[in-house]
Amino acid sequence: MNRYFNESMETAPRHQLWHLQSYNLSRTVYHAYNNVPMYRKRFDEAGIRPEDIKSVDDLKKLPFTYKQDLRDNYPYGLFAVTPDRLQRIHASSGTTGKQTVVGYTKHDIDVWSTCAARALVAAGAEENDFVHISYGYGLFTGGLGLHYGAEMVGATVIPASSGNTSRQITMLQDFKSSILCCTPSYALYIADVLRDNNVDISTLSLKVGIFGAAPWTEGMRKEIEQRLGIKAYDIYGLSEISGPGVAYECECQGGMHVNEDHFIIEIIDPETGEVLPDGEKGEVVFTCITKEALPLIRYRTRDISSITHEPCPCGRTFVRMKKPSGRSDDMLIIRGVNVFPSQIESVLLSVGQVDPHYLIIVDRKNNLDTMEIKVEVSQTMFSDKVKGLEDLSKTISMKMQSVLGVSSKITFVEPGSIERSEGKAKRVVDMRSLH
Amino acid sequence: MIIKQISIFIENRQGRLAEVTDILGKNDVNIRALSIADTTDFGILRIIVDDPDRVINILKENNITASTTSVLSVIVDDRPGGLAAVLRILADHGITVEYMYAYISRTEDKAFVVMRTEKEEEAEAILSGSGYSV
Repeated sequence: MNRYFNESMETAPRHQLWHLQSYNLSRTVYHAYNNVPMYRKRFDEAGIRPEDIKSVDDLKKLPFTYKQDLRDNYPYGLFAVTPDRLQRIHASSGTTGKQTVVGYTKHDIDVWSTCAARALVAAGAEENDFVHISYGYGLFTGGLGLHYGAEMVGATVIPASSGNTSRQITMLQDFKSSILCCTPSYALYIADVLRDNNVDISTLSLKVGIFGAAPWTEGMRKEIEQRLGIKAYDIYGLSEISGPGVAYECECQGGMHVNEDHFIIEIIDPETGEVLPDGEKGEVVFTCITKEALPLIRYRTRDISSITHEPCPCGRTFVRMKKPSGRSDDMLIIRGVNVFPSQIESVLLSVGQVDPHYLIIVDRKNNLDTMEIKVEVSQTMFSDKVKGLEDLSKTISMKMQSVLGVSSKITFVEPGSIERSEGKAKRVVDMRSLH
Repeated sequence: MIIKQISIFIENRQGRLAEVTDILGKNDVNIRALSIADTTDFGILRIIVDDPDRVINILKENNITASTTSVLSVIVDDRPGGLAAVLRILADHGITVEYMYAYISRTEDKAFVVMRTEKEEEAEAILSGSGYSV
């Protein structure tokens, strides 16, 4: 069995990696400065010339990039290549109805697939594996990212996509899927359905699962491993940087190795922007150093984590990041989909609510995330007819589905019943236990 | 007679109906007739009171979502087939009833029916033309 997909790179000496990163960082800074007006303006304003960035040590001089910058330059304003060089677009739901759009050249897709392939091989994938991908396909990067990675490994892909769990289980059994890729909560949901239908896990050929796109805990890992009889590995990624495979776990399951030949990770204090040392918790910041289409520099992910340069017994020299333990903004991850309370507010405003009072209740039932949105019924919304209120509830629910990309239950409550603390309403109650 | 009905949004939780009716009682509001439309998540309490404008203000002061709706009050004979006769007349005139509820008068052998229709004035005219006290 191959332990690495790119052994020489994944186990490269740190000093060699530093030189490679410095070289690619410098190239990326020129590329961004010359081809992205926003970066030229930002660097000029900060008095930074591309030639000032000579090595990784100079990275901290550069200004940050925020999700808002992607929105402000919607859809293609931050792209550094002309359309003829683009090969693919992906997008994730944005906060104000507009999606966060990302683009890839052929080279970018190649790099991303390589990163996903490294993750798969680190989890034990081989050419004779059947990789069952239950992430959603489409604009979301989860499905296609692992799909291309698995093809690059030479494994056989089963592009199951999401939904229809009983059919998925039949496929897992009949197609002899050996590697499962999905969100951790969906893996547990599959385990529940297996149990409820008295399906013995010995009828499955699964040996490994690669789970990401949503926060999970060591407790969930143990439960998945035990109930599905597999080893469960974590994978990290975000579309702005590329997609799944930005960082990945090895057999040691002791943090995720960052693909440092393509991405530089920093942990910063979200308040001051100051770079924090190993072991300290802060906001994860990534710089893409080989990206052609969307070379984001010091991108603020809002994920909270820490890193360690301690050598890993697996032999990889890439720095390891811990599972993100939270967010430095109010983003929720529901069934792998990013949801911002401001999106919910915008939907309520769009159906004619003037000052919407709402409460988002996120829970996990039967291992599936659920979202209930309690909405206070204002005078203007109120209808004497049951059908009037039910129609309004359906309209809101459908709009939420289309804006958020995830379903929710709308519950009408009485005015004033949602608690307001110090005048400011509490918007989210997350009942999922993630400890 | 076309009268004002008050509709009140009631959240589906234990004790809420008691709270709302308690507020009405404390403010000396006598409920003449009532009906509740319920769903799994909420209910709409519809009531007939003597002074709907005063009651609406009381409810708003108590931060309760409520509105008024015009409904038709019809007096029917309190006997088998009494209601059916009224509804037949309306149906023959193409008037649909969205919802209705009844209450029985304490003194007469009459029943009062409160009905909501889109065409309450037309319904009122038709029924009084057919000899009903509306």
